[in-house]
Order: sequence, then structure tokens, then C-alpha cells
Amino acid sequence: MRLIVGLLIVLLVALALAVGLGETPLSLSQYRQAVGDIGSAPAQILWSIRAPRALAAALVGAALGLAGATMQGLLRNPLADPGVLGVSAVSALGASVVIALGLAASAGAVEAAALAGALAAGALLTVLAARLAEPQSLILFGVALSAMGGAATALVFNLSPSPVTTAEVLSWLLGSVADRDASDLAVALIPAVIGAALCLRSGPGLRMLTLGEETAAMSGLAMSRLRAAAVAGSALLTGTAVALAGVIGFVGLAAPHLVRASVSDDPGRALVPSALAGAILLVTADLAARVIPSAEELKLGVVTALFGAPLFALVAWRAARSWRG
Amino acid sequence: MTDAASLDGAGVMLAGRQVLSEVSLRLAPGEVLGVVGANGSGKTTLLRALLGIVRLSSGQARLAGHPVRELSEAQRASRAAYLPQDRRVGWNLPAWRVVALGAPTLAPERARDRAVSALARLGMAGLVERGVIDMSGGERARVLLARLLVTGAPLLVADEPAAGLDPDAQFQVMEILRSRADRGGAVIVSLHDLTLAARSCDRLAVLAGGRLLACAPPAAALTSDALRAAFGLEGRLVSSPFGDIVAARRGAWGASAGP
Repeated sequence: MRLIVGLLIVLLVALALAVGLGETPLSLSQYRQAVGDIGSAPAQILWSIRAPRALAAALVGAALGLAGATMQGLLRNPLADPGVLGVSAVSALGASVVIALGLAASAGAVEAAALAGALAAGALLTVLAARLAEPQSLILFGVALSAMGGAATALVFNLSPSPVTTAEVLSWLLGSVADRDASDLAVALIPAVIGAALCLRSGPGLRMLTLGEETAAMSGLAMSRLRAAAVAGSALLTGTAVALAGVIGFVGLAAPHLVRASVSDDPGRALVPSALAGAILLVTADLAARVIPSAEELKLGVVTALFGAPLFALVAWRAARSWRG
Repeated sequence: MTDAASLDGAGVMLAGRQVLSEVSLRLAPGEVLGVVGANGSGKTTLLRALLGIVRLSSGQARLAGHPVRELSEAQRASRAAYLPQDRRVGWNLPAWRVVALGAPTLAPERARDRAVSALARLGMAGLVERGVIDMSGGERARVLLARLLVTGAPLLVADEPAAGLDPDAQFQVMEILRSRADRGGAVIVSLHDLTLAARSCDRLAVLAGGRLLACAPPAAALTSDALRAAFGLEGRLVSSPFGDIVAARRGAWGASAGP
């Protein structure tokens, strides 16, 4: 509980910084104006541009952190993450097809396609996982799924007649929460809340899976239902994140990793802290993307990948060593 | 009295191969039944069949008189608890949390109390907070056994609980399972060490190639013929001042059982 409160405080500080700081420097009186006068220009910058963006980053980060923690618990694998397992890639494929077909303007089309892709990938992984004796081997299928999703997305580019569409899809794929507004957040909130509820419900099952499939099956818990909740929940969260922000890698991997020691490795207790850690990571990364001086604004997905990939290598190294022992 | 568990003409097909055929046995409350046989003779499959983890191709498995396939997950867990052979643990949870997983429906505080006292009974009082992956193999085996004990299920099913343990720990494991049977529980346990099996079980089920050769008290089950047929060994059960011993050497005919 203390961990959760601590993380909440850090998240609030990160959100305050993300709303307060940005490309446009504001003076003290302008901050006062922003709080006092909602119609003023500084208020527009803070509440209509920065705040939705910061909240979108928090929502996407929390969704990915929770999805990652759930997948890691389900597969008993510290390397599992929506990106590594290919769920993000298939979700992005769904969204890319919709954008390339010029349907992005229709309300909910991109979101629905991203969710459908994530759920399809989640279902496929579940079927495969049930047939594997070693949950670790699922990572290999994830790599393949990720590659297939990427290849199919490249095919969408290849066949797309318009370079404008291509640029649009590519820009979206790099991952960003820029220019998100309150209505985007509202649309994302529904699947995110359902997904989060499903993941949190699976917590006791994830903890039981620590002892392996057979012991869990004999434990008295309704494991097939808990497993379905975990898969559907993490797929919904991943789809929500992809719909809102494109492909953002490694947050789902890193967030559980950061909190695991504080919950004594318990996959059930890691869920809420992982969501908060994911939100903190992404709000901070987006702030960095905005304030790091560069000719073009850095894309959020690029920033997380730059920091996340070395972390992935580190976790993989440690995990490989513990399997050998 | 109702049997704690029973198999009637049980057969199991796995990947098109008959792994278990026509196995019938019953286990009474208060009894420790050992399952012995060569590698691949069907010991683990027999235990899994009894618990409904694998589907029977023929016959019936019952727990406390009820067909196991008709029991809900919760009903099955209230009748039987299982300790699989695989002792790998996914995460480095503290020992007491692993043990408390045996009682997932208890309030956390009570589950913790039970876990701590079960660990203490196994001489692990000092390792309650230690991560299970950081433990030695023998310590982890005891933690997993403690989890089995806190389930409170009347039937304990343990697949090679003594494998890889030092001699003293092997005796200790079997004593703990025995004490459970003495208090009215029933225990079915697969073992590779025939001497340990002969000393610590009331009856032994001898498997060869998925068939039950014998199910009888150790002296009647581990005959020279059974040792030859099930293990390809030439030998017999002999008595010593410290208890019975299976004295044997490899038979000239080699192992006749198993694939």
C-alpha cells in the first residue's frame, strides 16, 4: 500500500511537471493567469494542449505497464511484454490498414481495428501457450508474430498509392501522444477500464501460476476463467494504448521490472504498482520528448525504444542466467 | 467407508500411445499407497489420471466416491491436493507466500499463520522470508511440501517428493506424509527408491508398461518376479536390523519394461 501511495505521489508530480513545462516558456504571471482565467492563452496551452497530452501519456503508460505485468505473470517470464509478444505489432497492423484505407476519419475505426488486432494476437498466443510445456518458448512465437505484423504493415505501405497516407501511417507508428484531446481520452477510457478490471481480477491466478500450470489447475481456482481474463484484459489494454498512441515499446517490460523487488516478486501484487510505474515512465518520457531541443519534436515511441532496448537486453541477460541456474 | 480415491479400469492415451491400461486400485483413508515402476511405466500418468488432470480413454477415476470429471475445480481442490514432480517456481516469492498458496481462500493473515507453522514443522522456521529461487533444491522441496500440507485436503498426491533429497530429508518427507495418513488422511506417492517405498508405504502399486502388475503390501508386491518384470532387476526384499532393503542387481535380460 505504501508503495502504491508513493508511486501515486510521484505520478502526480510528473503530471504537474508535464503540464507546467513545455516548449513555450511561461512567466510566473502567465501561470497565475492560466489558473485564474480559463479563457486566456496560457490557460489554453496548459489545459487544452498539455494536460490532455500528459493524461494520454499516463493512460497509455498505465495500460502498457499493467498489460506487461499481466503477461509476465501469465507466462512466468520477465521478458513478456505486449511489444515483445507481437500484440502491439498486430494491433498496429489493424490500425494501419484502417488509416491506409482512408477510414481514419470515421469515429472509432482506428480504435476498433487496433483492439481487434490486439485481441486476435492475444487469442493466438493463448492457444499457443496452452500447447507449450515451457512458457519461455512463447517469446519465440512472439518474435515471429511481431515480425509478421511488421511485415504486413510494411506491405500496407508498399501497396498504399498515396505517399501522404504512408507518411501518416509511419508517423503514427512511431508512437506519440501529441495533439490528443479530451474526446480521444474519453473514447480510450472505456476499453482501458474494462481491460484493467479483467487484469486485476486475474491477480490471484497469476500468483498461483508461480507454481506452474498443474499446481494451479489443482488449486481450486477457476484457472481457465482467470487465464482468459488475463489475456483479454492485457489485449484490451494494449489495443487501447496502440489506438491512442501508436506503438510504444518496452514500457510494459520496464514497469513491472521496476516494481518487482518492492512486491517481493509477487505477480499478483505487482499489477497496480506496474500500472503506476508505466504511467510515470511515459509521462516523463513524453516530457523529455517535448523539452529535449531538436529540429523535429522527438516521437515518444522513439524515446522509449532508445531507453527500453538496452533495458530489455539487461533483463534478458539476467533471466537467461537464472534459467541456467 | 468410502474410498479416498479409486481407479476402475482406467486407461489413458497420450499422443496416440496407450500410456495406462486397465488400472484398477482403491485407496482407503489412513493409508499410504506407493506407486513404483521404471521410467516411463506410467507413474505420473496414474497420479494425473486419478486427479482428472489427464482425460481417461476408458474407465473411471473417483475422489471420495465422486467421479473426478464431475467435480468443480473448488470441489476437487477440497478433496485432493497435488505436488507435481516439477519443482520449478516462476518467481522468487518468499517461502511463506508460496506455502500460503495452498490455502488461497483463507484470509491473508490466517493463511500466513498456517504457512509459517507448516514451515516450522518442517524445520524451516528461519527461512520463512527467504525467496524460493534463492534456496537449495532440498529447501525448496520442503517449501512445496509445506504448501501441500496447508491445503488441508484429505487426499495428498505427491509425485516423487523424495527425488533429489539427501537420505535424512527423504525419510523426513515420508514421515510427514505418514503422519498425515495417521490422522485420517490418505496419501498416494510415486517413488523411485524401492527401499524407501518398501519401508514407508502400506501398499505398493507396481507399474510396468502402463499396466498394474501388483498392488499389495510391500513384501507381497516387491517379489523377485515383480522386480524382474517391472525393473529388469534380479533381487528381492531382505530384512535388516534397520528395516527392509531391496537388494538387487541388473538382470542379465536387461530392463524388460518400459519403452
